[in-house]
Amino acid sequence: MGNYILKRIMSIIPVFLLAALFTTGMVHLSSVDPAEAYLTAAHIQQTDEILAQKRHEFGLDQPFLVQYANSILKICQLDFGISYVSNKPVWDEVIYRIPATIQLALASILIAVLISVPLGFLAGVKKGSAIDHFSRLLSFFGASIPTFWLGYILVFFFSVKLNLFPVEGIGTWQHLVLPSITLALPLIAMYTRLLRSSVLENLQEPYVLFARTRGLKEKTIMAKHVLRIAISPMITGLGMNLGKLLTGTIIVESVFSWPGFGRYFIEAIFNRDIPVIQCYVLIAAILFILSNLLVDIIQMYIDPRISRKEGQH
Amino acid sequence: MGTEESKVLQVRDLHVQLKTKNGVTDLIQDINFELKTGKILGLIGESGCGKTITSMSILQLLNPKETTIEGSIMLKGQELNGLVEKEMRKIRGKDIAFIMQNPMNAFTPVFTIGHQFVETIRSHTNWNKKQATELAIEAMKQVNLPDPDKLLKYYPFQLSGGMLQRVMIAIAASLHPAIIIADEPTTALDVNNQKKVLRHLDKVRSEYGSAILLISHDLGVIAELADEVAVMQHGKIVEKADVFQLFDAPKHEYTKKLLNARSTLYLDEPVINLI
Amino acid sequence: MITSIRMRFKNQRVIPICSTILGILFIIAIVAPWIAPHDPIAVNLAYKLQSPSWNYPLGTDHLGRCNLSRILYGARISLGFAMLIFISSLAIGLLIGTFSGYKGGWVDHVLMRFCDGVMAFPSLILVLGLVGIFGPGLPQVILALMLVQWVYYARMFRGMVLSLKEQNFISAAKISGSSQWKIIKNHIIPNVLPPLVVMGTLEMGWAIMDISAMSFLGLGVQSPTPEWGAMIHEGKSYIRTNPELMLYPGLSIMLVIVTFNLLGEALSERYGVKRRF
Repeated sequence: MGNYILKRIMSIIPVFLLAALFTTGMVHLSSVDPAEAYLTAAHIQQTDEILAQKRHEFGLDQPFLVQYANSILKICQLDFGISYVSNKPVWDEVIYRIPATIQLALASILIAVLISVPLGFLAGVKKGSAIDHFSRLLSFFGASIPTFWLGYILVFFFSVKLNLFPVEGIGTWQHLVLPSITLALPLIAMYTRLLRSSVLENLQEPYVLFARTRGLKEKTIMAKHVLRIAISPMITGLGMNLGKLLTGTIIVESVFSWPGFGRYFIEAIFNRDIPVIQCYVLIAAILFILSNLLVDIIQMYIDPRISRKEGQH
Repeated sequence: MGTEESKVLQVRDLHVQLKTKNGVTDLIQDINFELKTGKILGLIGESGCGKTITSMSILQLLNPKETTIEGSIMLKGQELNGLVEKEMRKIRGKDIAFIMQNPMNAFTPVFTIGHQFVETIRSHTNWNKKQATELAIEAMKQVNLPDPDKLLKYYPFQLSGGMLQRVMIAIAASLHPAIIIADEPTTALDVNNQKKVLRHLDKVRSEYGSAILLISHDLGVIAELADEVAVMQHGKIVEKADVFQLFDAPKHEYTKKLLNARSTLYLDEPVINLI
Repeated sequence: MITSIRMRFKNQRVIPICSTILGILFIIAIVAPWIAPHDPIAVNLAYKLQSPSWNYPLGTDHLGRCNLSRILYGARISLGFAMLIFISSLAIGLLIGTFSGYKGGWVDHVLMRFCDGVMAFPSLILVLGLVGIFGPGLPQVILALMLVQWVYYARMFRGMVLSLKEQNFISAAKISGSSQWKIIKNHIIPNVLPPLVVMGTLEMGWAIMDISAMSFLGLGVQSPTPEWGAMIHEGKSYIRTNPELMLYPGLSIMLVIVTFNLLGEALSERYGVKRRF
């Protein structure tokens, strides 16, 4: 099994290279001249000489391939360049802001799992019941509602009208509630639906019938046998939907003025701060691959068929 | 010998209907038969004739929202039809055991067979894991499975169909049930494994005295093992007789057709007569 | 079994109802200039933040502009550009997909791996990245969305070309030239149309969601253009006093997306098409 993991980690490399290519190319495709931007941010007067010197410093006058190789080297050393806006290393700015985003993301995943597992499971087991209809309604609207609007609806009811939670900002656990619920809802919509359909499929399987004929308690069959198998597609979905989570953090952080990486990314887009944009896209790509890998590992643990078969090769 | 106490299961006027939007459809009707201690009743018929419905109604595993069951199913004097689920669950697996057709699908893929075997035993007894495992190993030895303690640690997909079927027999026999319902136990197997399975079923019958309801569409299986045979067609039993009688002198048209379907081919017989 | 009959009945109503609603929405979008009571960008500070009245059926916003007119014109932007993105990404996907399928070999392999990579990656982040390169603005957002969406259609058309190639192999020996077109008409097109329609329906819903999200973030439409996402952005400062400024555009977005999604789901059930989550 260790071999398998190693192989998967190796497959990250080509994607990483591709993403680095993309971000290096970004600098050239964009109309922003890094040298100009740097000098503007540093409030240094731009003469032709100084511009040429800065360009040389940034390596912009070198052939593309050299620049590409250079940027890969730098990235491996966690050097993502200097922000055009603040003139500080991008990596420092990012490190400063990432914890807030991680906090938000973890809280949302927790809420999403805590709600969608029982809800999806019960909806499948008690098909046609009130819980089932509720879960399907929730799934549908959760997927259709624009995240930013949902955020404001929640703010309106819970902050403005009921004054239970603060409108925006970070600090106490109350600040975390509304943003994480907003972020969690699209996830809940998806996972509930996934789990429900998986449970429904499994209920038709012969092993359920056999378990019944053996006289096992229905609760045992459902909670132990069916759930264990049915939850597998949902876990795959979890990994696949890191993308949704990432996208969501961007929007939710903007709505709630949550000082995280997502909001920083948007600011960078407004400010045409290319190094930060590059960094975000790269990190997003790597996170994405790593989460897929993590999901695969969890799958192997839950479903012994996968690991044993791989091991036999 | 033919006295009341040797009748383990009595099915009287069993009538199962399917509820549809347009009314009710009869699935099986006028089903009457008995299972006697240590005797094997073969139930034969084509697919869709109602064999599985019959066994599912004995086990009370039909969906009450979709079906209605009328009639009497008496297990050692206790009425099963309409019995509360809690009581019925105790009977399933202990007094009535079931062997499924396709052993590869029957087990839960993510638990070892040992886990599932022990789980079955423990849901009917107060034994701890160690005792249950010992019983499981004993039962596996009875069906000639090699290295039972190692085998128990395997996952279902790691065993062949023949072995899994024998494990199912072991599980079925382990709690000394009064009845074993075997639904097409040999259909998914090759000839060698078929023979083994039938031999083990016979052994269970003779050692523990379990009555067996042997469901099959394979005449050879029935001929080899059954003491009595019931023939089903379109949800009804059309003929019921002692096995020798049935094969030598079938009375019903359908039975005759079934038996003729496997007659030998005479080379000078005009083809048109065989259709 | 009874449930499935009820569901089929429901589906038979869902598709025509949703299609009708969408049809009405599209017509509204087209005739908005004629049915809107006021100019959507006409500022009139004297009338700002008014409640609904005969003159202003949905009231006015913080700059005295008529809410109803802005909503109606907003439909033009959302639906119009969703349509534009759909058609152009379809066209690009058609070109590249058929080329890839026809060529085969390593060209096909590389292109499809590229498409897989893009499809797997969260679309909004790609769009944002592209906007980062191009700069903020509605045309840039539309372009970015087009560049991200074509891959789905490319995959689909490539699959179609592959099956067409197979058909040609078999039929080439037997059938004369004219019948080949019949095969395309009778077999290929009915196979391609359902997934295309389902995909298009759901993708348009997504496109509208993305356009409004980008405008909400301030990266898409620039004021004073009336767009639903942008209206929510402008309305958020007034959430305490005039929540309706956010309510109307939000409901409009939801109505359109819900209808698209319902329709897409009903269609995919009817034609047995798998959706991407």
